[in-house]
Amino acid sequence: MLELERLSKHFGGVLASDGVTLAVAQGQVHALIGPNGAGKTTLIGQIVGRLKPDAGRIRFLGRDITHLPQHERVHAGLACSHQITSLFASFTVLDSLALAVQARSGSSFSFWRPVGTEMALVDQARGLAHEIGLHERLDTPAAALAHGEQRVLEVGLALATNPKFLLLDEPMAGMGPEEAERLMVLLEGLRARVTMLLVEHDMDAVFRLADRVSVLVGGRIIASGAPHEVRQDPAVTVAYLGDERAAADR
Amino acid sequence: MRSALVALLVLALLPLALSAMDQGFYVGFASRVLIYAIAATSLNLVLGYGGMVSFGHAAFVGTGAYVSSIALAEGLTSAWVGWPLAVMASALLAWGIGAVSLRTRGVYFIMITLAFAQMMFYLVNSMKAYGGDEGLTLPHRAELGLGLELGNDLVFYYVVLLVLALTLGGLHRLANSRFGRVVAAIRENEPRAEAIGYPVHRFRLACFVIAGAFGGLAGVLLASHGKYVNPGALHWLQSGTLMVMVVLGGVGRLWGGVVGAAALLGLEHLVADYPVGWLVQIAPNYQQHANLGVGVVLLVIVLFAPRGIVGLVTRTRNART
Repeated sequence: MLELERLSKHFGGVLASDGVTLAVAQGQVHALIGPNGAGKTTLIGQIVGRLKPDAGRIRFLGRDITHLPQHERVHAGLACSHQITSLFASFTVLDSLALAVQARSGSSFSFWRPVGTEMALVDQARGLAHEIGLHERLDTPAAALAHGEQRVLEVGLALATNPKFLLLDEPMAGMGPEEAERLMVLLEGLRARVTMLLVEHDMDAVFRLADRVSVLVGGRIIASGAPHEVRQDPAVTVAYLGDERAAADR
Repeated sequence: MRSALVALLVLALLPLALSAMDQGFYVGFASRVLIYAIAATSLNLVLGYGGMVSFGHAAFVGTGAYVSSIALAEGLTSAWVGWPLAVMASALLAWGIGAVSLRTRGVYFIMITLAFAQMMFYLVNSMKAYGGDEGLTLPHRAELGLGLELGNDLVFYYVVLLVLALTLGGLHRLANSRFGRVVAAIRENEPRAEAIGYPVHRFRLACFVIAGAFGGLAGVLLASHGKYVNPGALHWLQSGTLMVMVVLGGVGRLWGGVVGAAALLGLEHLVADYPVGWLVQIAPNYQQHANLGVGVVLLVIVLFAPRGIVGLVTRTRNART
């Protein structure tokens, strides 16, 4: 569904993406892990269209999207949730979700009719709020939500664009165990209809959700495979899991 | 909604009250305030609703003023021809300026809009055929037809009031429409708006053009009001004045431009016409520097009521009524 072909990107002398080739198959949850500074954020930036790759190609649903602007990728069905919560502070939960639904339903160059009277938008937004468990917070401004709720809304905004492919950049970041569990249940429920690329530090989440795991180190994919294979890959153990194992051994 | 209708009703009855008090002179002053209210409201659309700090709004007001005046000078006496022409010219200019300057952000955007406006200022300054730096005096106001004589100050007042009412009504609808929500979202978080699928630049440009068109309409009325236009209408001081009005009244508030224009022009008028005894003693010609008083009031507003006068009165958060 999503194919990266020898994607390269450098900042000054630093090669943040060093010929990354990666394929995410339809219906899969593909996890991308790697230590800090491995180039995950740079790679995500290129996939969503925030950054232009220096070389290489990105194909989505068989179509070359390397030079497509970010908003058109969303219209093609590629959505992402951000590692650092990025919401519309004064928008309520309902308004935020309705806004995201609106992005992919009809033209937004409509100047006269109040959005509040478009029941189709409002109903979809309510349904989404239910799905992500924020239905009791509909009229709360995003800025007034608890951290965990903001993280959920972050994912909700991406979902509201009705994506075929969801790129989740550390969705569990800063969440308590209970909140993380709720989000994991939500993501498990989504896997039937959305393909996902999950970038996550939480290894429990990765090994529970992922069908495949790829490991990014120093801008290169050093291993890719089923979770248990990757776990036992000696190169991965040294480069990445090594830290945790060593810590556990002590 | 109800308070808006009451406010418009009061404005509609104002000339009657003024003539009853034998203060007919103030009808002209009230027209001027309402025209500035339209201009400030149009700036509030980009500045307050769109979050784009444009420091060149006078370019659109001035273009509207000049194009309508030139049309009149060239014999196009019908308002139905000259006015739309002027508004379209302002919109077109806004499209051109916006297409370039909206690629920048922050201080650069402020500076580039200022630079464009100053270019327009010098352009009209050098238009010798239309008065150059001396400005252009009009023999009469445009013709409206419909049995209405725009030359009559009372008729003119009601035309201005109607335009203001339509502007406010339009802005209210716009703010709550799909388009308005997207513009607000871009103001709040531009990268996120792009990330959920909105072509940010296109929306910002459309907002800028709409504001420019309404600014042009205000300019048309301004030139028509005084039957005179000069390059000062495009000067950056004019842009600054409009900005002060918006800040005074309330950034991003529907009535912000109206209240700000009334407050600023009213204050200027008070300072200039009613000497304060003890102040005259220490500063004999302080009245020629009305901006002194304005500066103090602006300072107080910004320090103690950052939401402007409208925000001070309503105190309801996020209520854009």
